[in-house]
Amino acid sequence: MELLCPAGNLASLKTAINAGADAIYLGLKDDTNARSFAGLNFTPAKLAEAARYTHSQGRKIFLTLNTFPKPGEEGRWYRAVDLAAQAEVDALIVADISLLEYASNRYPHIPLHLSVQASATSAKALQFYKQAFNIERAVLPRVLSMKQVRDLAKEQVVDLEVFAFGSLCIMAEGRCHLSSWVTGQSPNTGGSCSPAKYVRWQECGNERHTRLNEVLIDKSSLDEQMGYPVVCKGRYCTKQEQQGSFLLESPTSLNTLSLLPELHQAGIASLKIEGRQRSPAYVEQVTRVWRQAIDTLLNNPQEFNVRRDWDQALAKVSEGQITTLGAYERAWQ
Amino acid sequence: MSSTLKYSLGPVQYCWEKPQVESFYQAVAASDIELVYLGEVVCSRRRQLKFNDYLDIAHQLKDAGKQVVLSTLTLVEARSELAELKKIVDNGEFMVEANDMAVVQLAHEQGLPFVAGPDINQYNLQTLQFLHRCGMQRFVMPVELSANWLKQVLQHKETLGFEAEVVGYGHLPLAHSARCFTARNMGLAKDQCDTVCSRHPSGLLLETQEGQSLLRLNGIQTQSAACTDLQDFREEMTDLGVDWYRISPLGPESLDYAMALIRGEHAPRPELACNGYWLGQPGMNNLSA
Repeated sequence: MELLCPAGNLASLKTAINAGADAIYLGLKDDTNARSFAGLNFTPAKLAEAARYTHSQGRKIFLTLNTFPKPGEEGRWYRAVDLAAQAEVDALIVADISLLEYASNRYPHIPLHLSVQASATSAKALQFYKQAFNIERAVLPRVLSMKQVRDLAKEQVVDLEVFAFGSLCIMAEGRCHLSSWVTGQSPNTGGSCSPAKYVRWQECGNERHTRLNEVLIDKSSLDEQMGYPVVCKGRYCTKQEQQGSFLLESPTSLNTLSLLPELHQAGIASLKIEGRQRSPAYVEQVTRVWRQAIDTLLNNPQEFNVRRDWDQALAKVSEGQITTLGAYERAWQ
Repeated sequence: MSSTLKYSLGPVQYCWEKPQVESFYQAVAASDIELVYLGEVVCSRRRQLKFNDYLDIAHQLKDAGKQVVLSTLTLVEARSELAELKKIVDNGEFMVEANDMAVVQLAHEQGLPFVAGPDINQYNLQTLQFLHRCGMQRFVMPVELSANWLKQVLQHKETLGFEAEVVGYGHLPLAHSARCFTARNMGLAKDQCDTVCSRHPSGLLLETQEGQSLLRLNGIQTQSAACTDLQDFREEMTDLGVDWYRISPLGPESLDYAMALIRGEHAPRPELACNGYWLGQPGMNNLSA
């Protein structure tokens, strides 16, 4: 069971490796990945350096190419695949059909992981990508219950990777247009959800107003701990209920520590930690806890219990400081 | 470039009771709409109509001279849903619209043609061409894309061998979740939802705390609060090579909208309209043509 950790820069990558990550995923400094934020990600030279360092430590490195090539600009995405091949990355995380086609034709030796942005949630969808592009692994969208994950794993179409911890997307990934509805840019088209340039905080008396492209998505008290503003975690009203409330989801993070034995038993190949946009301190904290948890489990699966200090450590770095099992737990749905 | 723009009716996105659905499609059968998409696309828990009920309606529409396409679920989670989708794909008579890659695979395995619906991730020409080689006969542009995107993709339309469709009217499907927002809003668990979404036959409107209409909850689907209306851009669509203008029904009155356009008249404007996506802007924007 692989522990796969995010890196937004070399410092995070080294921290993650030091804290016990088995593999690292990262993106280039452009819109070929869905965490295209200023000051984040890797230039081609840094990618090569990151790959050398990761391999010198006996770990693996995956390049995330999880956006969709734009008509007339496809070359940027193809070049990213070429760069990854030169850097000898261990896998490519890809969502777009044309890009999977390019990578599987040009570099059949590089393993392909189907990105969560491809939104494949069933055995049939996985079979499509397996037969067409020989994908080795798929990252599951955060829409399946634990039972559905188990059922899918039993089909053994490809290896499965699941989100274990981090910011919680509550919509089927890769098919969510909420960000572009308000800002014109979505993860698919613009490389990020709720691009920072559209976010504005306003202090009004003892309230903080959060605006996304001038749309008021939340009102909070000044001392309230806020997550990164996204449309699905705003406070809204209905005709019946004029008091603003979290009608889709509140700012919570996903934390599946308590599901670890079940995920292991289901044969999940990899546990993904979300957060390429987060600080090295976050990466360090989360990686360390998950390393300990996985090692504890593998040592003695029967006796596994979530330690309180693990949960406390994770809660500290969670969005809104509240964690949930999300869709894995039927009651959440 | 292309011949004239034709009009299609998208699948009903909402949970309507069976008599309402049946009378709606009787009116459709009597209309001049050429192409009709039919079927449950949002939630498999909605069982107001079953597969055979939809097939009956499909036959009535076919007898009335319509092209009929069976539309399918957008978010596939359970094995039971796959079995139901296989039954639809194997119907032996009508083409299907895939809204998830599972249905693309099911159709491809059987060597059957299909329509790639708006929720298939088709963001460039190479992807469309790949899907075409798998059997795709027509694609519906993802709702967040624009006229400029189409211009690039349809540059050599006549050589492509497949048709293009644009959602011209209706509340736009923006996202799908495992969570049922309507049930949650009514204080019900998803597994005991009693298809409470049927009480919101055009979705549940969400407003910001400043009273701006923003979203519309429709079970596990989140829609745009505003209704897209691209009637002023039909000439541009024709020039670009768009074959079909899709009307996503809000209710029986959507047929009046369709009929007005078919007659070459202006249709009544929605109260809250949007066209931003078509213009390459935030989808919620509404600009004059």
